[in-house]
Order: sequence, then structure tokens, then C-alpha cells
Amino acid sequence: MSNDLPLSPEDVADIVSILDGSTYQTLDVKTARFRLRVARDGDGWTQEWDFSDDIPDVAEPAAVDATVEDDAGAIRAPLPGIFYRAPQPGAPPFVEVGSAVDANTVIGIIETMKLMNPVHAGASGTISVILAENGAVVGKHAALMRLA
Amino acid sequence: MIRRLFIANRGEIALRIIRTARRMGMVSILGASEADRDSVPAKMADEVAIIGPASSAQSYLSVEAVIAAAKAAKADAIHPGYGFLSENAAFAVATADAGIIFVGPDISSLHAMGDKLMARKVGIEAGLPVVPGGAAADKEAARARAEETGYPLLLKAVSGGGGRGMKRVDAQQELDSQIDLAMAEAQAAFGDSRVYVERFIACGRHVEVQVLGDGISAIHLGTRDCSIQRRFQKLVEEAPAPAMPDDKRAAIELAAVNLTRHLNYSGAGTVEFLVDAETFDFYFLEMNARIQVEHPVTEAITGVDLIEQQLLIAGGAALSLTQDMIQPLGHAIEVRINAENWQADFRPSPGTVTRAAWPAGPGIRIDTHMTSGGEVTPFYDSLIGKLIVSGATREEAVKRLGSALEQLSIEGVDTTRDLHRAIAVDERFIAGGVDTRFFEGLAA
Repeated sequence: MSNDLPLSPEDVADIVSILDGSTYQTLDVKTARFRLRVARDGDGWTQEWDFSDDIPDVAEPAAVDATVEDDAGAIRAPLPGIFYRAPQPGAPPFVEVGSAVDANTVIGIIETMKLMNPVHAGASGTISVILAENGAVVGKHAALMRLA
Repeated sequence: MIRRLFIANRGEIALRIIRTARRMGMVSILGASEADRDSVPAKMADEVAIIGPASSAQSYLSVEAVIAAAKAAKADAIHPGYGFLSENAAFAVATADAGIIFVGPDISSLHAMGDKLMARKVGIEAGLPVVPGGAAADKEAARARAEETGYPLLLKAVSGGGGRGMKRVDAQQELDSQIDLAMAEAQAAFGDSRVYVERFIACGRHVEVQVLGDGISAIHLGTRDCSIQRRFQKLVEEAPAPAMPDDKRAAIELAAVNLTRHLNYSGAGTVEFLVDAETFDFYFLEMNARIQVEHPVTEAITGVDLIEQQLLIAGGAALSLTQDMIQPLGHAIEVRINAENWQADFRPSPGTVTRAAWPAGPGIRIDTHMTSGGEVTPFYDSLIGKLIVSGATREEAVKRLGSALEQLSIEGVDTTRDLHRAIAVDERFIAGGVDTRFFEGLAA
């Protein structure tokens, strides 16, 4: 167990109290686990933490790709998240291939940061292809379905 | 006595728990999803156990995955934090069955407060006043309840908390569509689509009381006011509740302690009340049987480390604090910095934080897991940090809030900082004692 405790909020407040009475502009603290920079900013002070190390980043979960760049018929994700085709588990999907939709028809839900965001078709037409399955992780602007 | 503490949560609260656990000499084991493998709490924990993929349903909300990981890590206790499984009675049972201490109240208290309906019933038994309303299993039942309560009304997830699955309905024609949304959110967030219909008290304040109990004795740590909310999501919290007559404050605190005693409650809890902003009449809403997001404001004015109290009580110790030892001093305010574009209907703003400069100094506390280069994922909630300011008086705390927000700089994602700057200079906020309509009246 490493002993370089993360400094507590009280520690940071104490550091600033000391620095504030001095002419120092910044203080850098570096340990095996973290780096903290306390810096003067106008009338106050800021704290910036850095915990980066050599551990490689975990690969992003495979998100549904937004490859179809100029696909005018694509209904795209307004924001990233998890795509659901039905209002709740077990319920019938909002739309299927062949469903007629207009601009305001809800074709699915994207769960982003615990909020359910309805996805509207955005145009009139018929659903011709479903590109993103229920529960898929989708990136922003990912093509979810195609309209014909 | 807890030696190996498993933390079944993420983000700032996981880091907060690690800090106290380490100070108490415990080994901290973070149960993290794959998306949080490189998070700051994962770097600060003594050990990390991967509990599942990014989707919380398969990781932070999976009883089986969390218990299996805690057993494999030979943990002797699990701290659930807030949200996720923190108030899930089945999880508490599974934890006990695995021979592990659940850092939270007894299963009987979780059942009593686990859903809003049961909480009402128990509140009434303990002699607390409640708001008119009742359960609705489907649209038909909701329409019937709405006839009784009138409009505007509130739809709440029976198993809910934190404002998820909660909707305000102003007129009958909105009821059906709002019920669909409320039930879907309730299902997704809590695995239980049941909703509850309650009369909406327009001119109300949200006041809550922090309590601690050890199963025998119970004390309170004063009030918090969380009336500044948007769609039932708290934005600003302060302690103590400002602009409230002393006798009314004492009555609310006493009611909270009475409920805590009635339950033989063990651990930290929060008793929530709806308070009429004019008469100060109060109604019991629910008890949150867990640590709250806004716990730091209480810590700031009482000097009590609430996580430490939770861990001591869970470890079998009797409450070492007495009511006389709690002498709140000064005033504290917390603002939630969320990765949201508050000017575009609070649209979530996931992405990479290119720079995170948080304010620092006396009377300033930052609880955050977000550093420069950090990732705000779309999988979890939008809270990236909390700014807590305190001062000898409310006036001093408000002033400090304004200056601290000037120093706060988050780049790469949208945040609610500027919303809080607007709140900090709002005359109603400066005066103190606003009701839950505050946000609607906020000058854009």
C-alpha cells in the first residue's frame, strides 16, 4: 500500500493559505501517484491534479460507426449513449422496417448520463433499414436507421 | 472491525470513500466497470476489481457481479456510495448472505424506506405529517389518483431517488405521455416501473435532516436546504437551511430523530421534508438510507466525517457522538458541476476534459474525480465535481461561492459553472430561503 495519500481538501486550503502570504505564483507537488499544481489566478487560486501514468488507455467500447457520411436518409444519434428501440424492456419496438414515420415520430431512445432522450425520425418516410440494434452503444451522429 | 473495504461505486463519491477508508487504515478495493478502469478512483484505490462492462446494468447495478467481485477480493465490507445499489434491499441481503458487512442500515430499514409508498406508511406510523397522494400501477390508476390530488401533480418512481423518473404534470392532457416517460425512466434507472402520484405543493422548500443512528440511539446533524432544483435534480445545497424560524427548524429536526428512532435505524440517513415556504408547515417525503451527494455541507458546518461515522457504525461500534457534541458552526453551500449544456436544455455533454482547474483556498472544498485529460463517459450521470464553500456566515459563504466560481475552469466539455455564477448573483438567492420555483424564475 502506497503511503502517498491524496491530499485532503483541508491540506489544499492550508497550502493556499501559506502561498497566499508569499510572492509565489505556483507550487508543484509530485509523488509516485499524482501531481498537484496550485497556482495563483487573479484574486484567487486554482488546483489542478494529474494522475496520469503509463497504463495504456482502455479501448473505447465498440460504438456503432457513423460511416455513412452523406446518407441523407439516415436517422442519426443526436448524442452518444445506449440506444433502445423500445420504451421499456419487453415492450414492442417503437418502429420496425416498413413503419411509416413523420418528422416527429419517435424511433427509439438514447440513454445518455441516465437520461432517456427520444430520437425523432426527423423526416417523413418509411423505415428501410435498422442499423443499430437494441442496447447498442452508439456515438454521436451514428446512423441508427435509414429512411426510404 | 472493517479491514478490507470494497467500494461498489464510481466517480467523486468513490474517491471520497477511499480517502476516509485510507485514513482509517482500511485497504480500499474499488469495484470498477471497464469504462472506469483508468479513472482517478481506480488509480487511488489500493486494489481494483473489474466488475463488468460499461453498461451499469451489467456492472454497478448488477448484484451478482458486485458480490462476486467483493467475495473474490476477500472484502469484509461493501460501501455502496449513493445511487446504483445503495438502497437496494436485495443487494443488502446478498451482501449479508456472502458474509460481508453492508455499509448501510439494516435490511428492515431499507425495506421500510425502499419505496416511497412504504416510506409514507412508516412515516405516518412514526407520527410524521405526509402529502396527499398514492400509488398508480398503470395509466388508468394514475388518472384515478390524479382526480383525487388535482393538478399540478408529481409522478415519482416508487423505487426512485435523485429525481429520476420524476415528472411534474400541469394538466390532464399531459398525463398519459408523462406517465410513459416516467415509467420508462423508472424502469431503466431502478428496474421497477411503478410510479406514484402526489399533490404538487407549488410554494415548497426542500429541507432535509442528516441523521445518524446505531440501532439504539439517534442524533441529527442539522438541516440542509436543497430547494434550488431543476426538474427535481438538485443544483445547489446549503447547510443549515437558511431563513427558517428556530422553533420550526427544531420541530423538523425532532421529527427526523423520531423517525430514526422508530426504525431503530443504524447508519447515516437523510430525512427529507417538503416545507411550505410561507407557513413552514412540513411534510415528510422519504428517508434516504445512504450517504447523500450533498453530505459535505453538513460536514463543513459540523466537522463530522460522515463516511467515517458510516464505517464505524457498520463495523459494530456504538455511536460515539451525542446530540450535545453537534454544534453547527457557520454556513456551507455546495454547487454541482455537471457536464451539461445548461443553455441547451441541460443536454448532456460527454467528452474529454482537456483542462480541469478547480478553485482552491481556505473555505473551499472540491470533491471531484475529474482531472485534466479525464473522460466524461455517456454511461453514467453527468456530475463531474462539487464545489463546497463555507464561511462564518451565509453572506460570507455566498461571497466566497462567487469568487471561487471565477477560478473554476473546465475545458473540453460544457458545464453548469455559468449557471451557478448566475445563481450566485441572483438577489433571491443572496437573500436566502428560496422555494423550489427559484429555477423557473432565474434570469437567463
